[in-house]
Amino acid sequence: MTKRLVIKDIEKCVGCSLCMYACARKFAKKPEIGIDSSGILAISLSGFERGATVIFCRACIDPPCIQVCPTNALKPKKGGGVVFVENLCIACGNCMEACTIGAIFRRQDGKPAVCIHCGYCANYCPHDVLAFQEVEA
Amino acid sequence: MNVLYIDLSKYKYEIVNRKDLFEEWIGGVGVGIQLLKEELNPKSDPLSEENVIVFAVGPFTPAYPLASKTVALFKSPLTKNLGESHAGGRTATAIANAGYGAVVIKGKSKKPIYIVIENDKVHFRDSRVLWGIEDSLIVGRIIAEKEEGRGIRTVMRIGGGGEKLVRYACVTTETYRHFGRLGLGAVFGSKNLKALVVVGRSSVLPKDKKGYREIYDKIYKITLESDAMQKYHLIGTAVNILPLNELRSLPTKNLKSTRFEGAEEISGESFAIYNLGRRIACNHCPIACIHIAALRVPYEQEKYFYKTIMISYDYELIYALGSMLGIHSREGLLKLIHRVEVYGLDAMSTGVCLAWATEALEKGLISEEDTVVRLLFGDYEAYLKAVDYLVKQPTEFYKILAQGVEKASEVYGGKDFALAFGGNEMPGYHTGYAAHIGYLIGLRHSHLDSAGYSIDQKVKEVKPKDIVDKLIEEEKWRQVLSSLVVCFFARKVYTPEIIVEAFKPLGVEIDENGLLELGSKIYAEKLKLKRKMGFDVKSLRIPKRILETETLHGKLDKRFIDEALDYYAKLVNEITG
Repeated sequence: MTKRLVIKDIEKCVGCSLCMYACARKFAKKPEIGIDSSGILAISLSGFERGATVIFCRACIDPPCIQVCPTNALKPKKGGGVVFVENLCIACGNCMEACTIGAIFRRQDGKPAVCIHCGYCANYCPHDVLAFQEVEA
Repeated sequence: MNVLYIDLSKYKYEIVNRKDLFEEWIGGVGVGIQLLKEELNPKSDPLSEENVIVFAVGPFTPAYPLASKTVALFKSPLTKNLGESHAGGRTATAIANAGYGAVVIKGKSKKPIYIVIENDKVHFRDSRVLWGIEDSLIVGRIIAEKEEGRGIRTVMRIGGGGEKLVRYACVTTETYRHFGRLGLGAVFGSKNLKALVVVGRSSVLPKDKKGYREIYDKIYKITLESDAMQKYHLIGTAVNILPLNELRSLPTKNLKSTRFEGAEEISGESFAIYNLGRRIACNHCPIACIHIAALRVPYEQEKYFYKTIMISYDYELIYALGSMLGIHSREGLLKLIHRVEVYGLDAMSTGVCLAWATEALEKGLISEEDTVVRLLFGDYEAYLKAVDYLVKQPTEFYKILAQGVEKASEVYGGKDFALAFGGNEMPGYHTGYAAHIGYLIGLRHSHLDSAGYSIDQKVKEVKPKDIVDKLIEEEKWRQVLSSLVVCFFARKVYTPEIIVEAFKPLGVEIDENGLLELGSKIYAEKLKLKRKMGFDVKSLRIPKRILETETLHGKLDKRFIDEALDYYAKLVNEITG
């Protein structure tokens, strides 16, 4: 068993994007104001009144993004998903193209912003759309 | 903090660091006023190339939640004075995330365009093909399909109202939020500017990292756990319909009455039970106060064919297009709100204009030849047509009514029941002296300047002078809130104490007194600019109707209001020198 960020009820998403800001703030040593490093994105279906899609890493067991990383900046995480080693990244963008569901985002410096399933954002989801919980790997 | 200057006449732009302004004037309205002073000739024609639009955000955007409002400043084509309008949606965070504290738009494009601001680049896009699309929702969809930045951009646009220079046309953002009042949409239209898209991805680090996360969490906790914003969580602003009706304060049928027999049917409670389809939020705000009704409409000619339209409603819309027009039918009211939304008109001004027109027709000041359709309180089908005519302007009458109720009553008479204050159509509170004096002296002539309706509901007996003092005190504080820029709905969360605390990790040291002083200074700056644009207390008109119809405090006495205005006129001289 491993803990992951999951969507509990996408129809309840109000499009507030608090998850995105939380993600950028998640590191105590580097709490960013903004969304540059956010590895999660809430988009609407032509307006949030029609519903939402919240895009973030699916925590693949065999992630395509890792296969195309030329510098091993993206490494497999135990139980699925990735670990990002920023210092090794050359900002080639291969991972963003390789991700089947478009869940890796481009920071201003060209490097990837990707969910690491830390669960920080779920604490700031005011309507319990997101949860951080045990899942079967 | 950077300011982006865009010149539509030359298709040029420039990014300038205006740290000086943001250090002295916080941001939002404080900085916006200074930028307007620098860029705008106060005597210019609002619909000419000379008018300038400023969009400004504040230091709390996007650092903290509930700080997602953008202040727009311009010269209003409706009042010919200072125009100020605030909107939520994703506009403020998109401007901040693109790296700007403010955007200044000058000049006029030769042909229709829309602008895309993408971090440090500005693209001027040909918009001839979009010009003429009257439905602002469709304009938004087309641009959303074509441009990048899903989930992080703002698409501000005008519909037919702005193109046709209806003086109270709005700019719509994220479909359901608006720079609603005072005609920014017409200013866009006059500049051949169909839309403004802003998209960006950036971040900054706070000075005190630990402190930043702590105060963020504190604000978040207060927001969700206290009852500071409960009203907005639940039924929404529409919750006001029933109590205001009970208090004899709900303007009804052009304020011939303050009790509406249909209040129950169009109450916030009824909307919540029968129509509420979803609630959505502005960016970086957990509250989700945007109440969206789902209206299922059958196609009469085609069996088993339906559409479901999603319509945003709020107190002010229900007042202006509901009780003010005598409309009982929720379905009819929703259709009317939707029509106004489609064209991008200010709902309050539209409702007040049509209410006046209905009474003017009753009294024979105008004829059915002027109005094309027979306007009758309660007949929403007729008003649906009239809204079309405000945009299409098939008669001279609609051309004039599209310039506001002040103008229309100058031409056709009926000033006594033309409900405009300082040229701006009335908001939905006939609570007493404070509300009306607030509309007259508020720098936007808006109920949001100083919340006079709230003073009316709290106090029993007061003197004119005390009311003016209270209103100004509240308005000064609101200059601070709209410089930060936090949502007025969050005013109980953002107390002076919390604001001081929230500034610290951002590296700004200021105490509560400092904030209050800044509020006074910004108020004075705004008032000075307003005076340069021609504002004069002596020329304010008090519509006779407000004295005839009972309020929460009974009927109002003109002498009381005159006394308040005399006192205010003296203060204006003292403040502006």
